[in-house]
Amino acid sequence: MISVKGIHKSFGKVHAVRGVSFTAPDGKITGLLGPNGAGKSTTLRVLYTVMKPDEGTAVIDGADVVTDSFAARQKIGALPHGAGLYPRLTARENIAYYARLCGIDKSEIDDRVASIIRLLEIEAFADRYTKGFSQGQRTKVSLARALVHSPQNVILDEPTNGLDVMATRSLRHLILKLKDTGHCVLFSSHVMQEVAALCDDICIIANGRVAIDDSLAGIRERTGQDDLEEAFVAAIQMVGER
Amino acid sequence: MRTMFTVFLKEIVDNIRDRRTLMSALIMGPIFGPVMFAFIINLSIDRALDDAESTMELPVIGQEHAPNLMRFLESRNIDIVAGPENIHGAAEAVKLGKHDVVLVIPDGFGEQLADTIPARVELYSDEANSQGEKEARRARSALYAYNQQLASLRLSARGVNPMLLRPINVDDIDVSTPSGRSAMLLGMMSYFFIFALLMGGMSLAIDTTAGERERGSLEPLLSLPVTRGQLILGKIFSAGVFMAASLLLSLLSFYAVLRFMPLEQLGMTPNFGLPVVAAAFFLLLPFVLVGAALMTLVASFTKSYKEAQTWLSVVLIAPTLPILIVSILTLRPQLAFMFIPSLSQHLILVDMVKNEPLDGLFVAISVCSTLIVGSLLTWICARLYRREGLLG
Repeated sequence: MISVKGIHKSFGKVHAVRGVSFTAPDGKITGLLGPNGAGKSTTLRVLYTVMKPDEGTAVIDGADVVTDSFAARQKIGALPHGAGLYPRLTARENIAYYARLCGIDKSEIDDRVASIIRLLEIEAFADRYTKGFSQGQRTKVSLARALVHSPQNVILDEPTNGLDVMATRSLRHLILKLKDTGHCVLFSSHVMQEVAALCDDICIIANGRVAIDDSLAGIRERTGQDDLEEAFVAAIQMVGER
Repeated sequence: MRTMFTVFLKEIVDNIRDRRTLMSALIMGPIFGPVMFAFIINLSIDRALDDAESTMELPVIGQEHAPNLMRFLESRNIDIVAGPENIHGAAEAVKLGKHDVVLVIPDGFGEQLADTIPARVELYSDEANSQGEKEARRARSALYAYNQQLASLRLSARGVNPMLLRPINVDDIDVSTPSGRSAMLLGMMSYFFIFALLMGGMSLAIDTTAGERERGSLEPLLSLPVTRGQLILGKIFSAGVFMAASLLLSLLSFYAVLRFMPLEQLGMTPNFGLPVVAAAFFLLLPFVLVGAALMTLVASFTKSYKEAQTWLSVVLIAPTLPILIVSILTLRPQLAFMFIPSLSQHLILVDMVKNEPLDGLFVAISVCSTLIVGSLLTWICARLYRREGLLG
């Protein structure tokens, strides 16, 4: 479970995140929805501890990302936006490298890597150097790399970016599988249909603030809009008025 | 420890597969130095041999006025050739570089000589032209010798002992050993070693920060349950392995090149056998840490791979500065210099090649101070690796 408590983050004069709070429970998919530059990636970067918030904090399964970032990192698997692979290592080696870094026991590594490769249907290109991989292949390997140590909490920053229909579908199946096995999945997107199709809870962010944080039905009800796109626009306007 | 080792192994495998890196690390650096060195040495051997044996051509105006002098010059391996038409032509020819030096013997030379008035000759040369200056020196010394000979003859003819004209006899005694003479020329080779050593780790140092960031692999790496200090240490050590390999190769290639060079002809026998190669390797090894940390540090401030390469080429020059300053001021090795990385290695290496006894204290200070500077730089790298700006 991830609970975010009043995060603020500025870059120079730009106040990118202005007090974001929400909770992503286990066994559910939480979507972080918002226009470009809303502060989604910055919020997620604070969660996977590559950035420190100016104010506020977040707790991941009891570990505070500010005061105990190492413990927090142990509980997550993260797929940052535009994550890159090592082009001179094979897909399998890329995944195994992360498995080793995560401290998985030597005897288990091969099995773990093999099973995640099967799960994500990477077998066909698992033993090729990742140089020249397509966007979809790269995303799959990056995801496998992030999940190889079976983290309880999975953070995905715009995972469907640049994926074709088939790849998006298989990613969607995987996310649902993670939910069914009791994981906490938090992912960001600016595509409403995608969020609507997958998420149990949707947190709409605009201008660094949470506009609305509710289930799909709840959002429709509170904005008075049946169409999600209209609801989205209405929610963003609500932030602007505040 | 395990994290560090994992990162270390991965970087080694990753970079061994990169042919271009391998080329620049293990071939370019180690080969570039010796080849350049062989070229320079051969050039200076050619010139040294040239000077002693070759006959020099001396254009002379007014040969007919001094037939004895002409014979004397010819006996000193100087070929007399016809000079330009007149004095103006002589000045012009030297200025334009057509002749390096022109000797002019005026009409009255014979009479002046007969009347024991100092007989005038003119030697045209261009002091700004180094080759011309050498020729002029040779011609001048031949003329002085003739002058001395005539003076002695005159004194003898008058019953005076010519030795009266030589109250002092200066004898030059060169105490430098053949190994010592080679040190001057071989002094520059310590820079080639440092250059090869740095080249060996350059791409790895860039990869650690600028490269990982540009590829987008830095952010996922930092989100893993590892400490950043271990990541950077693993990377610095793997760069160090490549640097040490490059250093060893360049030492060995120098060893090979020196065996095939006719250095004896220059009166040099450098003390650069395999034991010295081994000693030089261990002497320079501490500098690997300084180089790896320094390059990683500089690369961590840059935004891209290209920018990092630009800055690191400056780092390649930095270690030469103390060496250059000390060489220009021709300072002798002293205790204070042993605290300066690159300079201390250079000075000790020169002494080793000269086959002079090594001061154990100097070596100890060089090794310790270099290791301390290296650790300090590594620590700064680790600190900087923790800041958010790293993500770019």
